[in-house]
Amino acid sequence: MLHLILFLIFSAICVGGAISLLAQKHPINSALSLIVVMASLAMLYLLLGAEFVAAVQVIIYAGAIMVLFVFVIMLLNAGAEERHGTSRVALMFGVPGLLIGLVAVAWVLLRRNVSAGQVMIGALHGSAKDIGRLLFRDFLLPFEVTSVLILIAIMGAVVLARRGGE
Amino acid sequence: MIPLWYYLLLSAFLFACGVAGFLIKRNIITIFMSIELMLNAVNLSFIAFATQWDSLNGQVFVFFVMVVAAAEAAVGLAIIISVFRTRETLNVDRVNLLKL
Repeated sequence: MLHLILFLIFSAICVGGAISLLAQKHPINSALSLIVVMASLAMLYLLLGAEFVAAVQVIIYAGAIMVLFVFVIMLLNAGAEERHGTSRVALMFGVPGLLIGLVAVAWVLLRRNVSAGQVMIGALHGSAKDIGRLLFRDFLLPFEVTSVLILIAIMGAVVLARRGGE
Repeated sequence: MIPLWYYLLLSAFLFACGVAGFLIKRNIITIFMSIELMLNAVNLSFIAFATQWDSLNGQVFVFFVMVVAAAEAAVGLAIIISVFRTRETLNVDRVNLLKL
């Protein structure tokens, strides 16, 4: 019961943040909404028993990546987004299409509810120890490839952001 | 003890919000944030399935998604800065370098 109440609270915050991200005109407000979404998602991960992922979500997403975003927004001095008339076709087909899609997904998930089963609280031990054991034993090669990816990303960012490009 | 499809429905809604933001927004930074929202929605599905099937592989994949998202954010924001330097705008409608 407590699990359900906590899920409802944090999913409501999550949905509100996502809608706020769409509704805001200024990018800095969108960034703050996205931070709210990520923090509440971290709480949902915690509810699902994924402690390590929840911590990493707060540190990497809500911390590092969003700080990068806010920094770039302030650096570029980005103003409010100018709106020149929403497309009528998009409104006519997009909003009903989105609603129909969501209802269809809900319908399919409800139909399969019998086999989908229940999510137990604290059923799984997603601690840093378990994840680390798996990461350094079964997923060692992808983990090492990840470090190469990060290195390439750093070099690419430095080359792209260098002034002039001489 | 709540059904799995609650989490999947929330994940689907967040993904739909990300797609909608990607399509309707004009600011390149906001479009980029919508992509991050989509990645987060997929992560929620991964964690929910990992919990349900009692397997840690889903959580490891979420870790990899986060790493790729961090790398992508660094490179993407560098591209945004570079575009802003040459075009003096963040509006994607004004950036038509690849247009025929």
